[in-house]
Amino acid sequence: MKFQADVQVILKDGVLDPQGQTIGRALAELGFDSIIRVNTGRIFKLEIDAESEAMVREIVGNAASKLLANPVIEDYKIEVIR
Amino acid sequence: MKIGVVIFPGSNCDYDAYQAFNLVKGNEVVYLWHRSDDIQGCDAVILPGGFSYGDYLRSGSIARFSPIMKKVIDFAEGGGYVLGICNGFQILLESGLLPGAMLKNSSLRFVCREIILRVEKSDVPFLSGLTKGDLLSMPVAHGEGNYYADPATLSELESRGRVVFRYVDKNGVVTAESNPNGSINGIAGIINERGNVVGMMPHPERACENMLGSADGLKLFESLCAAAR
Repeated sequence: MKFQADVQVILKDGVLDPQGQTIGRALAELGFDSIIRVNTGRIFKLEIDAESEAMVREIVGNAASKLLANPVIEDYKIEVIR
Repeated sequence: MKIGVVIFPGSNCDYDAYQAFNLVKGNEVVYLWHRSDDIQGCDAVILPGGFSYGDYLRSGSIARFSPIMKKVIDFAEGGGYVLGICNGFQILLESGLLPGAMLKNSSLRFVCREIILRVEKSDVPFLSGLTKGDLLSMPVAHGEGNYYADPATLSELESRGRVVFRYVDKNGVVTAESNPNGSINGIAGIINERGNVVGMMPHPERACENMLGSADGLKLFESLCAAAR
């Protein structure tokens, strides 16, 4: 069965995000006063051929912790879409 | 003694490292291809600078899984001497041989300039050719050299004297201006607990001959060669 999984990788709380800060300053200059914080990250869209959602979660979890995210500085979230 | 310089697709300081070790007398220097799983009996391995695998995903994250790196990790865990320079340092962090991670430079810019390093440690064989407190001049050239470690790891590094080099000004003082990338505590290089793996962002191999502006980097290669002999 084919599944799609989105892996969202984002810097952990407390890790300096100079890109996010720079984008935040640019937004403030554009008048977006109500946006008080920007954190940057990235999304990986994966297609997986597996038998069950549980298997997909296991495979994608391993892929995320081994390669897609660096657990020293990043957290990840997995969303499985049938 | 025999020195291995690893070449990844995108390495660009491999020949500089090769040449630096040729300047230290009595060495045989060989290249180790990333697809190979043979470190050819080398006494020390160098992970050179560059942009391995295009720096895709995160700097060093793909190189860390190359066949040669499995052997380099085994070699390091067995006590073999490994020096990672710039992208090589990033690979050592990704592989877990050294703690911490690299963030983008606080300026968000690629920084390429001369810096001054203060030697923080010389009481291990790897660094015994250096003198604690000495100032060394060499270049940095990187976009992701902003060293980060969580507070517990950082305090362990500092309390165990595992910070090897710090960015300083010409008076030897750690200042914000002398730090090219925002690295925490001005850290430019660290060593593992066992004392056989060093990672550093600056480029000693580009500072081995006076005609290049500085020969300070040669001291580190001489020190490593003496230790691994």
